[in-house]
Amino acid sequence: MDVSRLGLSAAALPCAVPAKRCPVDAIGLLTACRVAWEGGGQLVALWGSDDRDRERGFALNVVLQDHDGLTLLEHTLPTSESTYPDLAVVFPAANRMQRAAFDLLGIASEAEDQRQWAWQASWPIDRYPLRRDFEASPKWAPGQEEYPFVRVEGDGVHEIPVGPVHAGIIEPGHFRFQIVGEKVLRLEERLGFVHKGIEKRFEAMDAVAGHRLAGRVSGDSTVAYGWAYAQALEGIADVPPPPRALWLRALALERERIANHLGDLGYLGNDGGFAFGLSQFSRLKEVVLRTNLAAFGHRLAMDFVVPGGVARDVAGAPAAALRDECAMLEGEIGKLRHIYDEHEGLQDRFRACGIVTPALAAKLGLLGLAGRASGQARDLRCDFPRTPYDTLAVRKAAAEVGDVAARVAVRFDEAIESLRLVRTIVDAMPDGDITAPLPEPPAYRKGLGCVEGWRGPVLVALECGPGGTIRRCHPHDPSWSNWPVLEHAVIGNIVPDFPLINKSFNLSYSGQDL
Amino acid sequence: MLQVLRQIARTGIKTDAPPAPDPDMVVVARLQEKILKTLGRALTIRQVDAGSCNGCELEIHALGNPYYNIEGLGIKFVASPRHADMLLVTGPVSRHMAIALQRTYDATPEPKLVVAAGECGCTGGIFGESYASLGRVANVIPVDVQIPGCPPTPTALLQGILAAIGAHATEPVAGGNGAA
Repeated sequence: MDVSRLGLSAAALPCAVPAKRCPVDAIGLLTACRVAWEGGGQLVALWGSDDRDRERGFALNVVLQDHDGLTLLEHTLPTSESTYPDLAVVFPAANRMQRAAFDLLGIASEAEDQRQWAWQASWPIDRYPLRRDFEASPKWAPGQEEYPFVRVEGDGVHEIPVGPVHAGIIEPGHFRFQIVGEKVLRLEERLGFVHKGIEKRFEAMDAVAGHRLAGRVSGDSTVAYGWAYAQALEGIADVPPPPRALWLRALALERERIANHLGDLGYLGNDGGFAFGLSQFSRLKEVVLRTNLAAFGHRLAMDFVVPGGVARDVAGAPAAALRDECAMLEGEIGKLRHIYDEHEGLQDRFRACGIVTPALAAKLGLLGLAGRASGQARDLRCDFPRTPYDTLAVRKAAAEVGDVAARVAVRFDEAIESLRLVRTIVDAMPDGDITAPLPEPPAYRKGLGCVEGWRGPVLVALECGPGGTIRRCHPHDPSWSNWPVLEHAVIGNIVPDFPLINKSFNLSYSGQDL
Repeated sequence: MLQVLRQIARTGIKTDAPPAPDPDMVVVARLQEKILKTLGRALTIRQVDAGSCNGCELEIHALGNPYYNIEGLGIKFVASPRHADMLLVTGPVSRHMAIALQRTYDATPEPKLVVAAGECGCTGGIFGESYASLGRVANVIPVDVQIPGCPPTPTALLQGILAAIGAHATEPVAGGNGAA
């Protein structure tokens, strides 16, 4: 986005994706959002920070993405009484982010919807954990809130509350269905159950150790978060990691994508009444994880990415095993895709189920693989390719229909494409060092890391403090943007299709609750 | 249909022999005899994510794949705590999940076992105790067995679960000979 057209000044921001930061007043904030929206841009993240100790009040940070890259809008709120314009009028996904920013920091938007989002009565409502003068008291016991769900009234309408503890082995969250007969009239999500104070925890850590916490924001995306964190820190310290390390990170990231897609394809078959799919895909996923263990020293490649590079080299037999596995997986996935495609019962469940039209996806800001299944052709690996993606020419998966079948198709396409990438990376990886020494990062410098994880773009915004500490770190999951879209995707579907629709998105609770 | 059958035949049996129980994971051995007497070798588990990053859940899912084939050992994950003999709890317990966890525990009939899985479940892990986290599972409900690891491997999970029910010697499941 060319902010100079709006009379705003911008400065470059260290990030592997082209990025700039731009201080804005309230009008500039809203105008920049509107202009970005009109130019096909989307909201990526929104969070607040407490800069009162530096006599700058509070800061509201908004990251937008368009075809030029990322723009970080920085809006100063002089006191806790100051408010900022409701950005949800432009980007509906801003709603929950704004509410969470209030719960955690006490800075309010001018939106009509001021319900709590991150707060659930476990600490006093007038204390804000992310303020620097916040002190937790052991006297605060977990409480229970009365959340004002929107209710639907009418003849035969009834309500099904589900969660936070769900029937399956999944993360906790609450779903409130308003239904008539078997049809869903409305779904409202209440998340925040796994809020465990990640952002506050970061502030007690040294910057060089923060990648471990980043890698545990959402366990299924540990490589994406580890990389995004490392990228932000390396940008601040101005130390580019050695090329081989970047290739190895991409190797781990593509393996993470393959493992998650295989797992979800199995569960999608299972939720469609085809248990064969689960046993086949879970078998293939296990093979992938076992090979990961030999290559990365961990089945999920947790802590493989470290600031400055990667924790170990992947060469010789483990690297050859990664490459050799590709042909087997391509063959098996191809066979299973054929079986899925030909299975009428399964296709009957997948097709026309949980539709998000491209127009709705654009309006609501659907990101990542779900976005690509609804005509939103964004993929950081293709749109802003950096080492090694600049030489890999990633083929972007795309579909228009936006139903479960489309999200299944995108997963198949991306798993196959990632196998091609894994093979190419193993063959073409440059030799050299796998880490670069990282000096103490300069205080008060900000950096962004942004990586296309399997679910969508994972962002980490980092600001270091004096002596190599973390002053503020906000990890941001694409699930923030996609959860509200799920509410729309189920409207008009039958209740028993909800698990299938939900799984086709497979959004993160932990990554959103923080 | 023919393709499905062909694929099943071609895949063959992948199940590994189950690992030996790890007695070191047992924190309190108060119920084993009773459980064993009541349940024999059938066990139902209700999994509760009380605040985890979802890493542990991925590995718990893996227990169901053909390699670990947990159902072949007579162990089943169930949808309600009322049907469960054991709670398998992950995460540092977030304050927002404390009441739900306590209620799930209360809804589980006696005799019941609690297994805390993962570094966070055992110690609070990297998240520790804070305004939002109550730390380890044992801070909220009584724990019988702790399975360390971030996340614990499916093998470690099996070792801990088997240790909890005091399974001394477990024969390989029918047809499983460890050949992967």
